[in-house]
Amino acid sequence: MKRFVYADHSATTRISESVMEAMLPYLKENYGNASSIYGLAGISEMALNRARSQVAKALHAQPEEIFFTSCGTESDNWAIKGYAQTMKKKGKTHIITTAVEHHAVLYTCKALEKEGFSVTYLPVDATGAITVQQVADAITGQTGLVSIMYANNEIGTIYPIAEIGALCRKRNIVFHTDAVQAVGNVPIDVKAQNIDMLSLSGHKLHAPKGIGALYVRRGVSPQPLLHGGGQERGKRPGTENVAFIVALGKAMEDAVNHIEEKTAKVSKLRDRLIDGILTGIPAVRLNGGRENRLCGNVNVSFEGIEGEGILLLLDAVGICASSGSACTSGALDPSHVLLAIGLPHSIAHGSLRLSLNEENTLEDVDYILSVLPPIIKRLRSMSPIWDEEKQRAVSA
Amino acid sequence: MLYSKKVMEHIANPHNVGEIENADGVGEVGNAKCGDIMKMYIKVDDGVITDAKFKTFGCGSAFATSSMATDMIKGKPVTEALKLTNQAVVEALDGLPSVKIHCSVLAEQAVKAAVADYYQRQGTDPTPYIGTCDDQHSCPSCCQDH
Repeated sequence: MKRFVYADHSATTRISESVMEAMLPYLKENYGNASSIYGLAGISEMALNRARSQVAKALHAQPEEIFFTSCGTESDNWAIKGYAQTMKKKGKTHIITTAVEHHAVLYTCKALEKEGFSVTYLPVDATGAITVQQVADAITGQTGLVSIMYANNEIGTIYPIAEIGALCRKRNIVFHTDAVQAVGNVPIDVKAQNIDMLSLSGHKLHAPKGIGALYVRRGVSPQPLLHGGGQERGKRPGTENVAFIVALGKAMEDAVNHIEEKTAKVSKLRDRLIDGILTGIPAVRLNGGRENRLCGNVNVSFEGIEGEGILLLLDAVGICASSGSACTSGALDPSHVLLAIGLPHSIAHGSLRLSLNEENTLEDVDYILSVLPPIIKRLRSMSPIWDEEKQRAVSA
Repeated sequence: MLYSKKVMEHIANPHNVGEIENADGVGEVGNAKCGDIMKMYIKVDDGVITDAKFKTFGCGSAFATSSMATDMIKGKPVTEALKLTNQAVVEALDGLPSVKIHCSVLAEQAVKAAVADYYQRQGTDPTPYIGTCDDQHSCPSCCQDH
């Protein structure tokens, strides 16, 4: 029987009931501008304060260290471009990041290279991992900023953030992490983990699209990207999107609530899905390691076929998923992450990412496992390269 | 990005999938690196294409254009099949998203490559009919820099 299974939670999530309920009054009756003086505005200002505290608490930060932004991309841009300007004044011009960052970090670093900064893109191993030693070895006297994602959005690899944080603190280098995929899936403590700046996005954790935040440790001062009014202590001017900020506050509170039980449940679903795919379909590989992996991330590559066909046929049976193939993005090359872990182009084109969260069930996983093998088989039967691929796999 | 209803129909149930044993012409274009390969088989009787089949490694629009292109050349003289343009394939599919247009180019090239192979098997130089193509196995729209 056909079901609807949303298995693309790394792309976005639905707005939860509790978040919707918290947000709606600020889209309806409580519309005051938080900067105004009357009582209606005061309601908005109090709501902002509460949301800021909720976000801060979820990260073990102080409320004054939280700045609301429009999205994860803005947070990444602000942290990196903003701090690059700050460190330049201190004569530092070198940034360390990884080859597998989200484009919001990667392309921001590329843009800074054109402005005269030098950037080291740390290579990853076959599972997408890096070591703290790699970061240590890349540090020079010019290094002012290290930006390394908390967890990879495509293959789910979780990076040794606390160790990198400790290293950077010891070497007096500012450490930023893009935690868009990690928040709510991994317990985060910015103080204990020595994180100086952290980007997050609301729509990955059941808040609406168009709201994000940047945590900036007290004492760290990225230059603002925007200039204008005094909102967000003058660091991020623009009239506050009160309703969405309220939503983010509630979503952050929910995200860290019972996080251990949630991640344990989702990990079990993930492992069942991975095991089922690896045993049920020939010539398939898991991208990313089994350890240090986001609890909901499954990323596999099927030899001989292209990802978009898989997505379209999955969609026809009610399953939402994504792929690192070039075709799905309109790009010419497949995912930079899959190429960075050493996949040949032809295999990278045949990738499928299924991202689960606590709303998924065992029935969802078993449904995917029942419909996926025939889809792969069908696409392979139409592929001009499957037979030779198969022979190559058998003879290897 | 959304595909037209017609494209989706061809993706869900592509026409003419498979191989032709003892084909009179076989053409393959594209490469796995780009993410698109089309292999086209034609059966020719008295200068007329009596059957056409394909196998495709690629995205949804690659399947849809292969499916439509084989439909469009069946029953046609090979000289007519050579006049098939990617524009005509796209129009017959009620359009393609702009990022997918290069897939329709591949369908046109696959037909030309199959016909060229047919001419060669007949002992005829295909150049006067199909013109010159530097490399039938490359995907000119996307792989120039690989």
